[in-house]
Amino acid sequence: MTEILLNAAQGGFMNSEFMEVTLSLLTGLWENTKLFAATLLFALPLGLVITLGSMSKFLPLRWLTRTFVWIIRGTPLMLQLFVVFYVPGLVFNVPMQDRMMAALIAFVINYSAYFSEIYRGGIESIPVGQYEACQVLGMSKSQTFFKVILMQVVKRVVPPMSNEIITLVKDTSLARVIAVSEILMAAERFSRKGVIWPLFYTAVYFLVFCGGLTLLFGYIEKKLDYYKG
Amino acid sequence: MAILEVKNLKKSFGSVDVLKGIDFELEEGKVLSIIGASGSGKTTLLRCITSLNDADTGKITVNGNVVFDSENEHKLSKEEINRNRLAVGLVFQSFNLFPQYTVLRNVTLAPELQAKKRDDWKKNKKQIIEQINANAKELLAKVGLSEKLDAYPCELSGGQQQRVSIARALAMNPEILFFDEPTSALDPELTGEILKVIRDLAAEKMTMVIVTHEMAFARDVSDYVIYMDGGVIVEQGKSEDVINNPQQERTKHFLSRFQEN
Repeated sequence: MTEILLNAAQGGFMNSEFMEVTLSLLTGLWENTKLFAATLLFALPLGLVITLGSMSKFLPLRWLTRTFVWIIRGTPLMLQLFVVFYVPGLVFNVPMQDRMMAALIAFVINYSAYFSEIYRGGIESIPVGQYEACQVLGMSKSQTFFKVILMQVVKRVVPPMSNEIITLVKDTSLARVIAVSEILMAAERFSRKGVIWPLFYTAVYFLVFCGGLTLLFGYIEKKLDYYKG
Repeated sequence: MAILEVKNLKKSFGSVDVLKGIDFELEEGKVLSIIGASGSGKTTLLRCITSLNDADTGKITVNGNVVFDSENEHKLSKEEINRNRLAVGLVFQSFNLFPQYTVLRNVTLAPELQAKKRDDWKKNKKQIIEQINANAKELLAKVGLSEKLDAYPCELSGGQQQRVSIARALAMNPEILFFDEPTSALDPELTGEILKVIRDLAAEKMTMVIVTHEMAFARDVSDYVIYMDGGVIVEQGKSEDVINNPQQERTKHFLSRFQEN
C-alpha cells in the first residue's frame, strides 16, 4: 500500500513542475512573511513614539518629526530600500551584510511613519470632552491616556490600520529590488527559464494571505463593536 | 465662612474679554444658579473655577484653599492642584461619559485611580475596591439607575447618561458640584429627571453651582441667582428676588423673554 502511494508520489505529482513551483514559491513567501511580521513588531510601537513627537508641544521636536514623516511618505519605499542597503557601504564604508536586515530597517522606518499618522488621526479625533472629564476627575495625563483615550483610539484606528497592514503584505515584495529572495524573485527564476505561469501563480498566495488578514480584522472590528463612540 | 470665593476674576480669549471682573461668594450647603444669555461668560466662569481654563487675573478660593491667585506668584504644587481638582466636581452639558466602559465602571474608575495613591492600597486593595464599588452602586441607585450597572453609555437615553455623569462626579466626594447647562443637550421631556436629581441633592445640602436656562427651576431649587451679561454680574441675590422681582433693566429684559413663552 505504502509502496503504491510512494510510486504514485514519485511518478505523479511530487515530481511535477507544479509541485516544484509551489514549494519554491512557499519558500519565497516565508521570507515575505518574516519581513511582514518583523515590520509589524517594530513599526507598530515605533509609530506611537513618532506620533508623540509629531504631537509634542515642544515645537522643534514636532517640526523635526513632521519633516521626517514628510520625507518618508514623500519618497518611494523602493528608493528607501536602495538607500538603506547601499548608503552605509558607499558613504561610511561599512557595507550592509544582511539584505534581509536592510529590508527590515527600510520597512520599519517607512511603515512607522505611516502608522504614526494613523495614530495621530485617531488620537486627535477623540473629543476634547473626554480629556476634560478625566481632568476634573483628578486623573493624571498618563492615566487619562492609558485608561480612557487609548481604547477609543484603538477602535478608531482598526479600519485604517487594516488597510495599511494589507498594503504591507504586498509591499514586502519590493524587497526584491535588493535581492531578498522573496516570492516574486522565486517566481522570476522560473520565468527566466521560460516558464511564465509561476509569476501569475504568486497572486494566489497574496490573495490567501490578505484574505486571512481581512477575516482577522473583521473579527477584531466586531469584537470592538460592543460600544459606540 | 464662604466655601467658594471669587474675586475680581477676569479672562479674555485673544481680544475678547469674556469675564470682566466677577465677584461672588457662596456658603456651604447653598445652591447658586447662574443665568444669562449665551456668550455672557457663564460657562467660562465655571471652567475657570474648575481649572479647565486658567483665568487671567483675580482670585478663586475653594474651602479656604487657593485655586487661582494672580497676585501671588507661588506656583501650586502637584498635590495642591490635585486637591483643588478633587474639591470641585463638574457635570458637563454633553455628559462626556467614557464610551468603552459600563455605567458602573464609569463611576468607579476615577475613585480607584485615586485610591492607588493611598499608602494601604497594596495591603487592602480588595476591601478598597469593594468599598468603591458599593459606594458607586449606592450613588447609581440614588440617581435611579440600579438596573443599568452593566449597560454601556451608548445604550442609554440622554437623561440616563446625564444621571450617570452626576453619579460619576459625586463618587469623588466633591465639596462643590458644578453643572454646566446639564439639561441643554436633552429633549424637553428628559430634563425633568435631571432636575429631580439636582433637587434631591439640594435637599441633602450639597453645595452646587448651576449654569442653567431653566428659570423656574433656578428660582425653585436655588438659594441664590446670579444674572450675567457681557462678562459682568448684572444682578445677584436671593433667587426669588432676582427672578420674580429683578431690579436692573437688563435683568428684567432678559427674564421677560422667558415669560413670553
